[in-house]
Amino acid sequence: MRAAVLVFPGSNCDRDLAEALERAGARVTMVWHKDSELPAGLDLVAIPGGFSFGDYLRCGAIAAHSPIMREVVRFAGAGGHVLGICNGFQVLTEAGLLPGALIRNAGLKFVCRTVRLRVETTATPYTCAYSEGQEIALPVAHHDGNYQADEATLDLLEAEGRVAFRYLDNPNGSARDIAGVTSANGRVLGMMPHPERAVDALTGNTDGAPLFAGLVAAMADA
Amino acid sequence: MQEPKITEELIIAHGLKPDEYQRILDILGREPTFTELGIFSAMWNEHCSYKSSKKWLRTLPTEGPQVICGPGENAGVVDIGDGLAVVFKMESHNHPSYIEPYQGAATGVGGILRDVFTMGARPIAAMNSLSFGELSHPRTRRLVHGVVEGIGGYGNCFGVPTVGGEVRFHRAYNGNCLVNAFAAGIAQADRIFYSAASGVGMPVVYLGAKTGRDGVGGATMASAEFDESIEEKRPTVQVGDPFTEKCLLEACLELMAADAVISIQDMGAAGLTCSAVEMGDKGGLGIRLNLDAVPQREEGMTAYEMMLSESQERMLMVLKPEKEEEARAIFAKWDLDFAIVGETIAEDRFLVFHGNELKADLPLRALSGEAPEYDRPWVTPAPPPPLGEVPRVDPVDALKILIASPNYASKAWVYEQYDTQVMGDTVQGPGFGAGLVRVHGTEKILAFTSDVTPRYVQADPKEGGKQAVAEAFRNLCAVGARPLAVTDNLNFGNPEKPEIMGQFVLAIQGIGEACRALDMPVVSGNVSLYNETDGQPILPTPTIGAVGLIESPEELIGGRARAGHVAVVLGGAGAHLGQSALLAEVFHREEGPPPPVDLAAERAAGEFIRANAHLIRACTDISDGGLALAAFEMAAASGVGVTLDEEDTAALFGEDQGRYLIACNFDAAEALMVEAARAVLPIATVGRFGGETVRMGGSEAPLAELVELWRSAFGRAIDGGI
Repeated sequence: MRAAVLVFPGSNCDRDLAEALERAGARVTMVWHKDSELPAGLDLVAIPGGFSFGDYLRCGAIAAHSPIMREVVRFAGAGGHVLGICNGFQVLTEAGLLPGALIRNAGLKFVCRTVRLRVETTATPYTCAYSEGQEIALPVAHHDGNYQADEATLDLLEAEGRVAFRYLDNPNGSARDIAGVTSANGRVLGMMPHPERAVDALTGNTDGAPLFAGLVAAMADA
Repeated sequence: MQEPKITEELIIAHGLKPDEYQRILDILGREPTFTELGIFSAMWNEHCSYKSSKKWLRTLPTEGPQVICGPGENAGVVDIGDGLAVVFKMESHNHPSYIEPYQGAATGVGGILRDVFTMGARPIAAMNSLSFGELSHPRTRRLVHGVVEGIGGYGNCFGVPTVGGEVRFHRAYNGNCLVNAFAAGIAQADRIFYSAASGVGMPVVYLGAKTGRDGVGGATMASAEFDESIEEKRPTVQVGDPFTEKCLLEACLELMAADAVISIQDMGAAGLTCSAVEMGDKGGLGIRLNLDAVPQREEGMTAYEMMLSESQERMLMVLKPEKEEEARAIFAKWDLDFAIVGETIAEDRFLVFHGNELKADLPLRALSGEAPEYDRPWVTPAPPPPLGEVPRVDPVDALKILIASPNYASKAWVYEQYDTQVMGDTVQGPGFGAGLVRVHGTEKILAFTSDVTPRYVQADPKEGGKQAVAEAFRNLCAVGARPLAVTDNLNFGNPEKPEIMGQFVLAIQGIGEACRALDMPVVSGNVSLYNETDGQPILPTPTIGAVGLIESPEELIGGRARAGHVAVVLGGAGAHLGQSALLAEVFHREEGPPPPVDLAAERAAGEFIRANAHLIRACTDISDGGLALAAFEMAAASGVGVTLDEEDTAALFGEDQGRYLIACNFDAAEALMVEAARAVLPIATVGRFGGETVRMGGSEAPLAELVELWRSAFGRAIDGGI
């Protein structure tokens, strides 16, 4: 699998995400936000966590207007796979690739802890290596992870099986405990928890590893 | 522009004493200009010149085979083998944090991170040691909220994991909170960057954010006591921009990799003045600055304001001239300012031009080399009242009081606001023992701890100074790390008072003695004096930040206790209740001497733990709250109950030093006994892990109930009523 990890000024999980992908067997290229083209032959664009442009405005809002994001929108429109984690999820909602918005945590504080999640669907390349209903534990670390959308959108997401992960102990007030959602075609995933921080037993658990392993396997089959 | 005339009021307002001003007149042979007066006051205040502390700081051990660079640079540098070095320092931001907690604490973090990456190291870990007043004080809760959010706001955005720290409350901090920020980074041992300029006619380059009027005179403010005019000092606090700092980090590391840097210095206290003088002084060169070229955020700034601004996220560098274009391109990529603002000159002069006028013409070396130095009178402070009778307590009742106190409750409320895992190398975050961070791409793990027990230092400054180092040593040994070196952040009151100066002198003597005995040289540090409000000093608080090395995960003691494990204490039984947490929290008494520190015994116990790491499943040092609190914390971290056979108050809550609580299986415990007998170290089985209760003698409570109390107490104290 060939993956690109985008780097915005203020990205700070870019290295972690690239290494988690490489560990699963992907070949990774780092792509600077001012670049106007994505590398050819790409299977996945991954948008890392961090504080793009400081997130002094709405999180992800400026990054969504970086030159490279026009290419990412085009890539997704052509059926490409795009994964956004934490700040990456915020960028995807700001870019209109995923519905809804991520607002300030209900507790109004930054929250960093490991939370329990339920895998709600295995019908995506990101979740195919988990079992449906599986409980996993992943770290969260965000100030604005409270996922909100109007009722009709939430109903649609549920009906179409686009809620990928749900919190079992909701840390941020997200509507319907949603921790991650996919696009209608299941190829764009945004999630607040950090699977790339859960791929090595020495530094935590390994519950994030199947996400990357499954993705690489699915791409190889595709 | 016309500069103000130098008057007596102006001299006093700059914090200069009459004899200090006379020294300026003697050096110059004339009256200084207004800009020059500002430069002298910036260089000669306590914060920058260490004029009261230098004499004593020189007595600290700073060398060892592992030390690459000791105090005097932006941060200390210690060899960790395989061509790598750890670069670290701790620094206070006390005064600004009390005035404006969010920005004060945020810029404290920013400053210490800059100190580390200025030397060519990528920051990999942060810690902070926080001291606040009592919760009933009207300011305390707001300070806690602001400081914690400020630290998180800066560190989280910058992208460094916060892996440890301390939070304490005591009425002595009501008028002066302490915010001590630690940072550590990793560099190639042969690619360390220093501040000494070299070569004549080399370009002096300004990097990073623009200069504004924020923080003008900040270092002078931080060198004075507070009184009721504190609210007027708000404009002296700087404003932090962690996003710019993150970009500055990446740009500086790229610049260093491009071999463009001759020397580099961050602009911290006293900004452009201090950084330029430092680079010239260390390199034996003069500096000429043209302030018209300085990137400015505001219009109409004077030379005085630019020289004294403490705007954040700025660096000064001496550039290899042939690399100018490459360097410019790197800074353009990161959208940061890059401006040539001067050059190195051969003469010993510090020349500052602005609007084609010479605003300052000073002998550069005299600015730092001839700064005043004081041998302030000191006396040994009076000892505390003797320890009176301590009533017997029900052990579980006393434990409940301790863990419900914000001093000993879980600090999850605090550290869950910090990103503890960014960079993906955190092996152990805050909460139980030393913070552990893997050195990226290697097997090595670094251990970080921050320790001091101010009530001990107050009661006996020398023994308290020793204890701070000894506890740091223990916290490193308890995770299997070899202690490497320390950074000291010395927070005291007004050194012009002989009792305060006595605390300072004796604490340094204790720290020096312990560092020598435990092979932990002091490689960097910071002194913060004048932590007093209306004449009320803080508790003497010499915070010790310490770093240890674990060569590979096999050496790590990072497990948890399990049901069936034996609880073993190395180092003898508890007996000492003087200045204990029990005495303070349960009886509200601060009496007696602190526990004495036997440095030879400390060293022997620590070496024993490391040598027998393979037998030990979980380990923690025994400090505040004695065996009872250590056993509870291990049980809580492990999710398993514990039974201690002892029920004697002093045995459970005594804070005798040099002790560790160990959890291991029965066979390993037997083996430890044999090894300890061979090493002639006291060791004893004190109980066992298992079940769902905490039991001490005949007293018991469900673990879940105690854990709930311990976890919720801090948040309730800060957010709820008392």
